[in-house]
Amino acid sequence: MDTGTAQGALKLMIVDDSNIIRRRIERSQQIDRLEVVGSAGNGRDAVDLFRRTQPHVVTMDLTMPLMDGVECVEKLVAIDPKVLILVVSALADKATAVEAIEKGANGFLCKPFTDRQLNEALEELLRDA
Amino acid sequence: MLKEAEIRTFVEGTTHYFETSGQQAATVGSPYLVTDGKPGTYEYTGVIGISGARKGIVYFTAPRGMLTVLLMRMQETDCSEETILDLVGEVANTISGNARRDFGKSFVISVPTVIARNPDKVAAPHSRSYVIPINWRAHSAKLVVCLE
Repeated sequence: MDTGTAQGALKLMIVDDSNIIRRRIERSQQIDRLEVVGSAGNGRDAVDLFRRTQPHVVTMDLTMPLMDGVECVEKLVAIDPKVLILVVSALADKATAVEAIEKGANGFLCKPFTDRQLNEALEELLRDA
Repeated sequence: MLKEAEIRTFVEGTTHYFETSGQQAATVGSPYLVTDGKPGTYEYTGVIGISGARKGIVYFTAPRGMLTVLLMRMQETDCSEETILDLVGEVANTISGNARRDFGKSFVISVPTVIARNPDKVAAPHSRSYVIPINWRAHSAKLVVCLE
């Protein structure tokens, strides 16, 4: 895969219907080898952007218009089973986290989150990448 | 009708939000019941529709001053009208979503509807609402829970 990024860098796509959260994740993530390649505000746009930019890592909100995050996770994993997906959602019940993991997500971070919690979750996600 | 433990869920969700996103704890006043269908609003309101096992709305309403400071505490430099509306919706969404920790997956939340300076557009679906007063950095806001 042509990453189109610096050598060794992993491409990150951010999906959330809140502009504030999208910018916050981009600004706060401190993982050197992650490079943001784009962001989307709903699941449908995320699938299109995913096909165009082929990111290695995705942060994924769940409650979004047009296509929710669980359905989007399923579609992204169908396109690239190796993609690493961190769900970042306010939905704090265990059943939702389990469902997202079953659909192919690799981690779950509950909103609201601190910068430290975000970076720890991303580091955990990338541990074996 | 909300049980005391259910109201506590929203109180804890509210304090957790401000402590984490605003980096400073909010003081939450005693929740009170409004029975005239008019729990009131501030300048900006984010409304979450609730469906599934419970039906109604949860809304967070706050003045621009509080939302602007909250944005600054989140290192957000854009304080435009669009961003303020985004924030008020995100606060409502986060507190409502966190409530699923106790209410479970059958507490289904909608994407937020955001309203500015138009209190008549915020319609409580039932006459009885619980109001949770919030004080944070000299600003007042409230979370309104109106569930059947």
